[in-house]
Amino acid sequence: MHLGLDEPVRECQYNQICTRNSSPMETLSHKKKRTPRRKWQIFPGRNRFYCNGRVMMARQTGVFYLTLVLIMVTSGLFFAFDCPFLASNLTPAIPVIGGVLFLFVLGMLLRASFSDPGVLPRATPDEAADLERQMDAANGSSGPGYRPPPRIREVVINGQTVKLKYCFTCKIFRPPRASHCSLCDNCVERFDHHCPWVGNCVGKRNYRFFYLFILSLSFLTIFIFAFVITHVILRSNRSGFLNALKDSPARYPLTGREVVVCFFSVWSIVGLSGFHTYLISSNQTTNEDIKGSWSTKRAKNNYNPYSYGNVLTNCCAALCGPLHPSLIDRRGFIQPDTPQPLSHSNGSGLYPSTQNHTHMCDQEHCIQSTKFVLQAAATPLLHSDPVMMGRAGPPPSGKTSLGGPCSSLAPSQPSLPSSMPGLGCAGDMLTLRDPDAHCHHHHFVSPEEMPSPLGPSSLVLPFAAHGGHLNPAQLYDPASQDSLHEDSVRGLVKLSSV
Amino acid sequence: MATEFHNLQELRHSASLANKVFIQRDYSEGTTCRFQTKFPSELDSRIERTLFEDTVKTLNNYYAEAEKIGGQSYLEGCLACTTAYIIFLCMETRYEKVLKKIGRYIQEQNEKIYAPRGLLITDPIERGMRVIEISIYEDRASSGSSSGSSSTSGTSAR
Repeated sequence: MHLGLDEPVRECQYNQICTRNSSPMETLSHKKKRTPRRKWQIFPGRNRFYCNGRVMMARQTGVFYLTLVLIMVTSGLFFAFDCPFLASNLTPAIPVIGGVLFLFVLGMLLRASFSDPGVLPRATPDEAADLERQMDAANGSSGPGYRPPPRIREVVINGQTVKLKYCFTCKIFRPPRASHCSLCDNCVERFDHHCPWVGNCVGKRNYRFFYLFILSLSFLTIFIFAFVITHVILRSNRSGFLNALKDSPARYPLTGREVVVCFFSVWSIVGLSGFHTYLISSNQTTNEDIKGSWSTKRAKNNYNPYSYGNVLTNCCAALCGPLHPSLIDRRGFIQPDTPQPLSHSNGSGLYPSTQNHTHMCDQEHCIQSTKFVLQAAATPLLHSDPVMMGRAGPPPSGKTSLGGPCSSLAPSQPSLPSSMPGLGCAGDMLTLRDPDAHCHHHHFVSPEEMPSPLGPSSLVLPFAAHGGHLNPAQLYDPASQDSLHEDSVRGLVKLSSV
Repeated sequence: MATEFHNLQELRHSASLANKVFIQRDYSEGTTCRFQTKFPSELDSRIERTLFEDTVKTLNNYYAEAEKIGGQSYLEGCLACTTAYIIFLCMETRYEKVLKKIGRYIQEQNEKIYAPRGLLITDPIERGMRVIEISIYEDRASSGSSSGSSSTSGTSAR
């Protein structure tokens, strides 16, 4: 059939048999005719797809499973050991409310983790060629006055000049507020941050799920914490405090650990929820807040052009706005003659060779600097932690734009595994003050990826790094140092036992 | 739609893709979806300016309607939140409904206005809402009203 030989019929049959058994190329094309491939199978980014393209996650998902386990184990212990007592002695509404909260938390977590954050598909070859032509034309034309380099376009949005940068990987000019995630190797619309705890980027399409997840998780941890304490108090009222504690490990073996887990979770998660509530009400992304894009420190008349001016409208727009559809059509079938987007990334994590040399250097620089900072900052943690107690006013320009998340998370400084959710999300906002835009999204690398020589304490590093960045003079509070020092030591001991 | 595709298939050999024009996004009003209404020079000889601008303006209006933040979107959002977003398994979002309307509008425009002039508009959703891609075909057949398809025929047949 394919070869057009003298004995077509016999050869056809022979070829058909051969196709099924041996020749890989023909087998593939034969298979293609029978089972058309779906678009997720050739997706150029570094994502993982499950359930035939219905579920989309980042490459590193280990920390996400940790989040799931922490939530389920803590809630499970609560329902198993505390709820029977509370339901019989107080009210049966407690396990019911707890159950509803728990299911909501899980639902929001799974929704945030599994959905497309708003990935922008890469340009088709025709589009890329058209853009290149336009940029070359702009390069060649001469004219007086300031003209931004052709790889940057300037747009005036609501009176503010916004620069649109050209993404070398995706071959597009990024829309405003979009950013390229280096971990997932995708441009994401309204990029907030890459969250290892959720195992996905947080962007336009899943920000509300992420926010509702941390908000409901705050309520859940406060709920569990409060009622576990109530349980201990009620029990101690009956049989004395020491007896209650003695009973606890014997009959309810893990109440103590539950309390500790919840205590640290409460502070970090509540703090993170508070931070994101601030972001939503001012209609900023974590990325913009860290870079200080709309801070008045940058320019006197700097303001956020995307804000609706009103806290309520901003909140409603973020949470109740329209749900945008996914642009990447993961489950669509590949049409054999449609143009496929350029994919320079082979998905194995190798750096695309066609990228701009400067870009590469800056990325490498970012990686090196991140590792250096994290390693260097680890040692100060063991001695003293410059801690911000409460927000120390507007963060000074340069390094302390991390002050926002830090301040709200400060009391949870010693990091136990339970506080990971808050810790990580703040930690993954650790960016370097590198002028190149491509580095801004070089966030906290999940513990599996990061070759840390410090072992268990590597989980502590993001906070240490925060500490390293913050200006000690502003933040040192001797009264809290001792207790925090003890806590941090305890935290490290706990970590090493995990 | 099937008839159109059948015709396009038959006339495939009689027209060839000459060029593609990309209408870029207009971000002057923020991140909402709008396309530039600037008339590209390549279409000068092919279509009247007003027809083109009408098409783009109508598309912009559709997208604005999809992304409008108002009573209906709040209601949908709150309802979805209270049902933990399970309701979207049964119901499609307003945005998706408007996207279907846009698909039908583009197909209608292609059939009535653009195909007779040897042009074809690709639905922006197929290009990630980055551009409106207009394919320009060179008419090889003697009759004036031919429309060809090569790489973009699959999209209208979807």
